[in-house]
Amino acid sequence: MIVLIGVLVVIVGFATKRNPLLVVGVAGIATGLLGGLSPREVLAAFGEGFASSRAVTIFAITLPVIGLLERHGLQEQARNVIHRFAGLTTGRFLTLYLGLRQLTAALGLNSLGGPAQTVRPLVAPMAEGAFEKRHGPLSGRAREKVRSFSSSADTVGLFFGEDCFLAVGSILLITGFVNTTYDQHLEPLQLALWAIPMAVCAFLVHGARLLRLDRTLAREAGTGPGGSAQVLTGAEEATK
Amino acid sequence: MIKAEWFYWLVGAVFLVMAAQMLRDGSNPRRYGTAAFWGLLGAGFVYSSWVVSGAAPAEPLGAAVLVMVCLAAFGFTGRGRVRTTTGAERAASAARLGNKLFLPALTIPVVAMVCAVLVKKVHLGGGPLLEEGSETILGLGIGSVVALVIGMAVLGERRISVPLHAGRSMLEAMGWALLLPQLLATLGSIFQASGVGEQVGRITSAVLPDGMIHVAVVVYCVGMALFTIVMGNAFAAFPVMTAAIGWPVLIEAGGGNPAAVLAMGMLAGFCGTLCTPMAANFNIVPAALLELKDQYGPIKAQLPTAGVLLVCDIVLISLFAF
Repeated sequence: MIVLIGVLVVIVGFATKRNPLLVVGVAGIATGLLGGLSPREVLAAFGEGFASSRAVTIFAITLPVIGLLERHGLQEQARNVIHRFAGLTTGRFLTLYLGLRQLTAALGLNSLGGPAQTVRPLVAPMAEGAFEKRHGPLSGRAREKVRSFSSSADTVGLFFGEDCFLAVGSILLITGFVNTTYDQHLEPLQLALWAIPMAVCAFLVHGARLLRLDRTLAREAGTGPGGSAQVLTGAEEATK
Repeated sequence: MIKAEWFYWLVGAVFLVMAAQMLRDGSNPRRYGTAAFWGLLGAGFVYSSWVVSGAAPAEPLGAAVLVMVCLAAFGFTGRGRVRTTTGAERAASAARLGNKLFLPALTIPVVAMVCAVLVKKVHLGGGPLLEEGSETILGLGIGSVVALVIGMAVLGERRISVPLHAGRSMLEAMGWALLLPQLLATLGSIFQASGVGEQVGRITSAVLPDGMIHVAVVVYCVGMALFTIVMGNAFAAFPVMTAAIGWPVLIEAGGGNPAAVLAMGMLAGFCGTLCTPMAANFNIVPAALLELKDQYGPIKAQLPTAGVLLVCDIVLISLFAF
């Protein structure tokens, strides 16, 4: 039971908003020492963990080109392009992106999207642009919301698309674990097929929430969803 | 053969060059600490190659990681003044270049896709051209380099220091968030080695009443989600929860369809991943990249979806797996 103290450190640390690096570092050291590792082995665990998990940090290599393009107006151009599609609201655009992300992930094309590759340079500016065309500049809070939902469309789309693909890590983990531990012959295809109903649910649930975002944003901006900029009665309450 | 390690060296070299830029950046009040953080990160990326192959001890790298943690956690890192274009300059540039701006940006995913699907099958001199199992990350790396070349050509930019400076500004803005996913992966492995998994499995199977299959489905799915929230990773939760409940109770005793139970059990874990700061690369890094004030913004946007989907998952297993 004593090893669970590390879990407690993490929960308390995140809940009290300490620096996450410090929380995780302390939790790792505490759990390792309580779990019977020597200080030297704890150091080695940190080193090996860093070395074997470098793949999650490599998106940094895309930043120089993204930064260069942003200096030359990539985000502005993304906004300009979205303005040409009159019917595309923020919610509709993000729902479209969610569906595309699911479909491409289901074909095994996971790296087609991502926070650094697509969300920051393209998806978030387009989602913001779609709103601003109708309602004028976003308030700080509304901008946070649009960006958060842009990120969520990417993540939900990835999670509930990739498992429909046969050769993705999680499917291979299931077959590997079950076939060796329990002497079974589970095929990746059977598992991938059972992921499809949840993929449909994810599109319906998150898509519906993305579409509702349009109404929330319009209400908070104090203008009706029709697109005209007139201020509705009671807008003072809605925007406070 | 193009090896994944070469690509990690490239990433490490980029961090080291950025660290050198940071050291000379007089506008950053904490330039020494900042340069030390990114320099250690870059050196760690290169040194890791020998740790992975077993040729060098892991302890010095572990010590370096802890130094990075302290540098970031105790406020020794900062950011310099960003030298960038004004809004008007950007708008003018966007009007002039138009959709040509998208060409380099779209090069990254397209090249990554081509590498993962087509180049993967190319063999040269008896071996595959790209290291097996690393096609996706190599594709991302090759795509970024190609995109940078195309981008500099399209924009008529000759100095490599300009994109490096632009990338550095984004990294300085992210700060510690960049290291968090790797540190969490480490925590996950320490949790695993110290037996946290077995403890959680024992507690969950202790609260499970006998003979009620639908309750067991709920415990399995909620357990997957909760365990994933703690560990930040459904992959760590799956073997523990499946060994404790999924296999013995739902499949062997309850006669459930293994493919349905296990595939959707894993997805219950994914619902947990949507809610946890422990899955930093999906939830915290995007908040930093998008420069959000609230680092939990993406999680708040995902929380209701994750809750509804967990219920859907439990209902689907109960209806179709038995």
